[in-house]
Amino acid sequence: MANKPISFTLNGEQVETLVETRELLIHVLREQLRQTGSHIGCETSHCGACTVDLNGKSVKSCTVLAVQADGGKVLTVEGLAQNGTLHPLQEGFMQEHGLQCGFCTPGMLMRSYRFLQENPKPTDDEVRMGMSGNLCRCTGYMNIVKAVQSAAKKIQTTGGK
Amino acid sequence: MIPGTFDYHAPSTVDEAIRLLSKLGDEAKVLAGGHSLLPMMKMRFANPKYLIDLNRIDKLRGIREQGGMIHIGAMTTENDLIASKLLQEKCPLLPEAAKLIADPQVRNCGTIGGDIAHGDPGNDHPAVMLASDAVFVLQGPGGERQVPADGFFHGLYYTELASDELLTEIRIPVISKGTGYAYCKLKRKTGDFATAAAAVQLQLDGNTCKKINIALTNAAPTALRAKEAEALLTGKVIDEALIDQAAQKAMAICDPAEDQRGDREYKTHMAGEMTRRAIRQALARARGK
Repeated sequence: MANKPISFTLNGEQVETLVETRELLIHVLREQLRQTGSHIGCETSHCGACTVDLNGKSVKSCTVLAVQADGGKVLTVEGLAQNGTLHPLQEGFMQEHGLQCGFCTPGMLMRSYRFLQENPKPTDDEVRMGMSGNLCRCTGYMNIVKAVQSAAKKIQTTGGK
Repeated sequence: MIPGTFDYHAPSTVDEAIRLLSKLGDEAKVLAGGHSLLPMMKMRFANPKYLIDLNRIDKLRGIREQGGMIHIGAMTTENDLIASKLLQEKCPLLPEAAKLIADPQVRNCGTIGGDIAHGDPGNDHPAVMLASDAVFVLQGPGGERQVPADGFFHGLYYTELASDELLTEIRIPVISKGTGYAYCKLKRKTGDFATAAAAVQLQLDGNTCKKINIALTNAAPTALRAKEAEALLTGKVIDEALIDQAAQKAMAICDPAEDQRGDREYKTHMAGEMTRRAIRQALARARGK
């Protein structure tokens, strides 16, 4: 099976790589491009640990072929902090104890990053619905909702993203 | 989990996709949103030699109104259905059901056409299509044909779609005044398939039910239209006693598969309860409540 060259923007930088057509985006991100922030959880598109931003939309990268990202724009958790400053969501998860073991956190961050752009002033219920594709086995979700709300307020007041 | 090997094609036009399908035949699979097919490929339940990815065909996306019908491109995603003002106003049953499918990430990828063409009785759109009198546009090497939703679903993963045909568009009549609708779905958790679900669309003339469609999700090897239940209610002023009789008629045609969501008796019972709830809610909406 011939490898196929693909190129896409990853966290603002152009990357090129050779992939097998059957390779999933999560595997290429982690194993070829060594961006191991995005996690492999269930591999069946339930848990959301592999959530990344593809062309401005949240997707589960275990259920997207790497060839489908060709020519696209991918953002992973490695691209959230800017110039050494944590994103308000990262701050929020830290301050509000939005994580315990941390395995789901990269997916939670990437989904809530996009969610707050879709809905900048959500209610708690809207946060829960908007994040319903991400599972956490530790926190019970209360502090995740608080973390997202804390980031929403911070983004509102500072005008950041 | 990684799928088996396949040759990947990403055509940019419908004609090119159909040419590929005709050439590659039964060994080819069409990739829409990928949230049914890719998991099946990862688990090796499906092992196509060729994959034809429709995601680069822009013409297959979009929602527009034409001659009293809403035309929806087969590759329109669930989240695009939910966001559509046109659908909310003119085919509100569809976005109501789409909200209950999977989760936000999956709805960004999953498409209405993929959901229908897959022929999975657990998918939600087939029943919604039966309830809203939808028509499907199928395009093949010999041209296109239009097939009503009622008659499209033949069996488990088996539809009217020929191996060299593509579902390109879904057409749904715009609802008229006095129409009520509801999609009631019982699921164990967010993202789950229905334990049972019912789609109802009805039209009132004064207080009398002029027309009603009732369809069931995951209650048999295909989505089912409960025609005897519909006949019982048509031309009547619907009350609680009639709703219960209609639910009994709907339950009588159920033939669900036992799985972790429940045994046959429980699922049949829940299909009846979803039918009751959907009729009640559709009635209330038709009466403007």
